[in-house]
Amino acid sequence: MSRYFTDEHEWIDVSGDIATVGITEYAQEQLGDIVFVELPEEGKSFDKGDDAAVVESVKAASDIYAPASGEVVEVNGALEEEPGLVNSDAEEEGWFFKLRLTDPSELEALMDEGAYKTFVAGL
Amino acid sequence: MSEDSSIGIDVTPTEVLPLDAWHRARGGRMVDFAGYWLPVQYEGIMAEHLWTRESAGLFDVSHMGQLKLSGPDAAAELEKLLPGDIIGLKPGKIRYSLFLDENGGVLDDLMVTNRGDHLFLIVNGACKWDDIAHLREHLPDEIDLNHLDEHALLALQGPKAVDALARLGLAPAIDGAPAVEALGFMEAAPYQWDDRPLGVSRSGYTGEDGYEISVRAEDAEALATALLDQPEVKPIGLGARDSLRLEAGLPLYGHDLTPDVSVIAAGLGFAVSKRRRTEGGFLGDARVQAELAIPPAQVRVGLTVEGRLPAREGAAIFSGDRQVGTITSGGHSPTLGVPIAMGWVDAASAAPGTPLSIEVRGKRLGATVTSMPFVPHRYVRKGGSK
Repeated sequence: MSRYFTDEHEWIDVSGDIATVGITEYAQEQLGDIVFVELPEEGKSFDKGDDAAVVESVKAASDIYAPASGEVVEVNGALEEEPGLVNSDAEEEGWFFKLRLTDPSELEALMDEGAYKTFVAGL
Repeated sequence: MSEDSSIGIDVTPTEVLPLDAWHRARGGRMVDFAGYWLPVQYEGIMAEHLWTRESAGLFDVSHMGQLKLSGPDAAAELEKLLPGDIIGLKPGKIRYSLFLDENGGVLDDLMVTNRGDHLFLIVNGACKWDDIAHLREHLPDEIDLNHLDEHALLALQGPKAVDALARLGLAPAIDGAPAVEALGFMEAAPYQWDDRPLGVSRSGYTGEDGYEISVRAEDAEALATALLDQPEVKPIGLGARDSLRLEAGLPLYGHDLTPDVSVIAAGLGFAVSKRRRTEGGFLGDARVQAELAIPPAQVRVGLTVEGRLPAREGAAIFSGDRQVGTITSGGHSPTLGVPIAMGWVDAASAAPGTPLSIEVRGKRLGATVTSMPFVPHRYVRKGGSK
């Protein structure tokens, strides 16, 4: 399994043609206390860059973009009852949704962990 | 919070306030707010909010405008610009009021203190330059207007604020003034903290007991540090300030109050003093008097939202299929654990308990009109004072 990162502070774990998507530790820290996550419906298809989810922190709503094109095959239902999982465990238990990728070559444009760390350090 | 985009203020570059380095050294996350760098949060808005409700929070509100007004008949002259009774305001007392334009629209809301030899005004940071221009335009030349831009303003809010501030041992600077713990809500007095002068008022913007302290810029760091050294006190950012005032039902200028709305419709009729209701004699008096006789078509209400999705500024409010209003501020209530909001609705939909719905990203959320404050005020009032 490989993990990719976007410059919108999402992480993507890819296993076969399934990509699990969440936001990074840096992103949750910036957003602050998360009180609601609006997840996409299963079966919905996105093009890369589409609005896919919304994270509501105490102070504001933030859009989460689809980091690659694909169809939503599963969403993290645990976030409905416990949106704070995104704060406490952003890069594991706080995942948002899983996509069946339609064009895995889109991932080539994304960053690996080292590149993302360098990117965040430069912000 | 994007406080100022809606007010049309364009202040660049972002300015530095006296406690800038102090906040940064303590981990405050600084943002541009009203043209100044201020901390939006320290450890997190939720934790800071709850700490203020149960203990005491220290807020830096030095972006706000601190104005001194003095000269012949300053109170009578100021009364021409706002609907409050300033002539009848006794020394050491504070009154909430609003600057109105000639159409009765709200230009700003403010606190007026009678400091004996002058009036002391605290106005919103984003409005202060316009307020100063407005005052200068309308007040006679004999009235001195002094902008205390070399002063910081700290707010210490929460049920234990009194314990923390009392421990600093401030000495009243005028004969007969009470100790800080004996001030009543909406009372103020000058104090000495060793050799440093402080203007202390028992007031705030959280619904809790607490104080606002005007301090010379050069003394601000020492005061903030001394307060933060008290075990009851943590530093609090503007994020929690916003969620606290929302729970307290207090309007935020630029959002819940604008030049398009009137005092009566905003539910702030208490700020129109009895004498002034009949006498008038202030900018916008015709609208205020008309709306006291015939209630306005839309009024400001509180709303409790079903579910967990917050309804924020700009969301449309519906009664059935008909839009009856708009949310002007809203978010998650840390104290209540549910989303709450303020907005403007048609008078027919304004009664507490009225079921309405709010549209957020294409979804209709159930909502109920709720009396404000959402969280009860806990001001410390002295017997006989008001």
